[in-house]
Amino acid sequence: MNSCADDCPCAAMTTEKLTLHYGATAAFRDVSLEIPRCEITALIGPSGCGKTSFLSSLNRLTDLVPSCRVTGRITLGDLEVLAPDTNVVALRRRIGMIFQKPNPFAFSIAKNFALPLREHGVREHAEIEQRTEAALRDVGLWDEVRDRLRRSARTLSGGQQQRLCLARALALEPEVLLLDEPCSALDPISSAKVEDHLQSLKGRFTVVIVTHNLAQARRIADRVVFFWADESGGRVVESGPVDALFEDAIDPLTQAYVRGQHG
Amino acid sequence: MSLGTSDSNLTARRRKAAAFRWSCAALTSATIVLLAILIFHVCKQGLAWLDWDFLTSFQSSRPENAGIKPALVGTLWLISLTACIAVPVGVAAAIYLEEYARPSRLNTLIEVNLANLAGVPSIVYGILGLAIFVRGLGLDRSILSGALTMALLVLPVIIMASREAIRAVPPSLRQASFALGATQWETIRHHVLPSALPGILTGVILALSRAIGETAPLVMVGAATYVTFLPDGPMDSFTALPIQIFNWASRPQAEFEKLAAAGIIVLLAVLLVMNGVAVFIRHRSRKGVS
Amino acid sequence: MTPRSDRPVALFVLRSCALGTITILVLIVAFVVGESVDVLRNAGLSRLWTDPTWHPASKTNPTFGAVPMIVGTLFATAGAVVVALPLGLLCAVFVNYHATHTLRRLVNGVIELLAGIPSVVYGLWGLTTLVPIIAMIRGPGTSLLAGILVLALMILPTIVLLIDQALREQPAELALSAAALGLSKSRIIWSVLVPSAWRSIGTASLLATARALGETMAVLLVCGNAIKTPTSLFDSVRTLTANIALEMAYAMDTHRSALFASGLLLLGLVGLLIAGIELLERRVRT
Repeated sequence: MNSCADDCPCAAMTTEKLTLHYGATAAFRDVSLEIPRCEITALIGPSGCGKTSFLSSLNRLTDLVPSCRVTGRITLGDLEVLAPDTNVVALRRRIGMIFQKPNPFAFSIAKNFALPLREHGVREHAEIEQRTEAALRDVGLWDEVRDRLRRSARTLSGGQQQRLCLARALALEPEVLLLDEPCSALDPISSAKVEDHLQSLKGRFTVVIVTHNLAQARRIADRVVFFWADESGGRVVESGPVDALFEDAIDPLTQAYVRGQHG
Repeated sequence: MSLGTSDSNLTARRRKAAAFRWSCAALTSATIVLLAILIFHVCKQGLAWLDWDFLTSFQSSRPENAGIKPALVGTLWLISLTACIAVPVGVAAAIYLEEYARPSRLNTLIEVNLANLAGVPSIVYGILGLAIFVRGLGLDRSILSGALTMALLVLPVIIMASREAIRAVPPSLRQASFALGATQWETIRHHVLPSALPGILTGVILALSRAIGETAPLVMVGAATYVTFLPDGPMDSFTALPIQIFNWASRPQAEFEKLAAAGIIVLLAVLLVMNGVAVFIRHRSRKGVS
Repeated sequence: MTPRSDRPVALFVLRSCALGTITILVLIVAFVVGESVDVLRNAGLSRLWTDPTWHPASKTNPTFGAVPMIVGTLFATAGAVVVALPLGLLCAVFVNYHATHTLRRLVNGVIELLAGIPSVVYGLWGLTTLVPIIAMIRGPGTSLLAGILVLALMILPTIVLLIDQALREQPAELALSAAALGLSKSRIIWSVLVPSAWRSIGTASLLATARALGETMAVLLVCGNAIKTPTSLFDSVRTLTANIALEMAYAMDTHRSALFASGLLLLGLVGLLIAGIELLERRVRT
């Protein structure tokens, strides 16, 4: 297990002058951030300001978008994420990601876990089972699905599917978890459940979460990063501890946004 | 603990992926090359025979005199007549099914029915045409028999394409028209049909171009292969391009094979023109929308 | 919002067109059954596979053994699908996930072209190119193998187009989430995306099977048409469709009725395939 206890509070990931272009348009420019280890960092800001693009550049998912170009620097521990010889498969094992819409694979719950685990070298049946169970317990899904691990994952409810996706990522024991509005497609009750389990993971993983829900950001985050978009693309206006940003932000834009006057 | 990917494993995997990509690329290019060979082969054989004489001569037992004129004219007759029969009926059926029919058991039955109809082997349409139109109704081996048979064949395709085009018309258009007090029929005639027209036309042309290439049903309803006159009306006997090609192809002499190739060039040219028209319509309607 | 009352005449015309079309299938089946009644009553459908030979025109002792034709049809169809399905799947996967945008459009264009080429063209090409090549390996050239290859080539475009469409309809998030779990590209494709599309792949193969089953002219040109159960790929075979095309023109009475009975058999096979497709698609909707 990656324990967070030892070397806190140094940064788990850093970005330096990170800029991302789709074709000729910039999604965001010059983002330099430190993402502290074992804390929850929330990215807030209006739609279209580059939060999601920023998130998917961290695990180089942007490689899959042909017109997308990322410049600057990202580090994960000692690893230069953007270096061409970086093994992205191994990188993505270390950085898990959950998307807006739950997307379990169209086969059984058990196989949803077995496939990525096998891909990363876990071959023994017993170990796969044990990891699956542990991950499902972490998200509070074990008791709900223990009797139907052979059933299709698509038969679960939306909230259960999202927790399954979370568990699927946890089973790989990532260091960092990226969450892209994980609750926006869920009803309030399922959403609260996902949120509870995120909070219970606090201290074990480094979490970066994009959210439009300011109240949610305030409830769960340790630090908040505020993105804003103008004509030249998105940028980071301000970042800091959650209370500082919500109570006495320095930038007038931030003050207005957290008070609900913009966006 | 074994989570992680060892490097040797990774290189092997990369190599496998690259090998796979290349074999796929080779396969795909093989398909393209195959088509190129097919067309090149036909052209090489046929172009030497393809001249004005070939287009304007009648069938002959001597390959150097033989031409495709009656077959070309026959195909044009056949397709126009097929269109006259199948298009109104097919579009009307599509309108009924999309705009009037209520979702019900009957409707599900209709869906299954259409799918089945599209899967019926063309030769079965042929024997149906032979027994009903040629013999039963006494229409003989005429263009009309052929066209009626072909109409049955393309009807399901036309209905399905038209339904899709009608379904693509936004419901807001209908509601706006109803709100102005138009009846359902007026709404369909003045709003739904005009906006669905490009889609319907494209579907119709593609269905008809399929009919042009169909040979088996025509062999059944007895399109003649040795025709030395042009048809004057729908009750005349006739021949058609694919029949003529098939006839030449099944003769043993090499010259006739080349004639068949020349015939194929003419057939493909007709198809290309029709598809070109379809593409043009699609393109124009898309521009009209934006 | 409900529309005002309507013109009854227009509605009547539209409705009769729809119902008329629908009766076509009923008409076809009823008609083919009706025409086969003669042989069904006097001989029974089972004689299609119990009789040793096919001499339906004989005055004294007609026999209706269609086994060679049935076997020929099934082998040619199954062979074509076995050859074309993996090729089509590979082609669709390549076009979707490995090809550049330009290449993709080029390949799609070519495949649509291939799909529009009439079967008689494939037949002639098979006869003039494929058959001589096969004859070099083992005579006479016109054979089951030639039929399988020509049919495979004919159904390949349909298979590629349908599978390509199915793969394109997969939600983008599926591939993204698989990539985010650190799956390699080939694993994402073969373990996640292709399995998720298996119903559409099934539908594509059934449709292609129906097409191969019903094909007449190309098979007629390249298969040799001998009424003999094939013992090797190089044997000449006659399919049910080819048999109808060859004999219907001069068939009388019981002979004619026997041909209709073989048509009925074809309709039954197609019906089974369509039922399979319905089953696949119904389960998608729920």
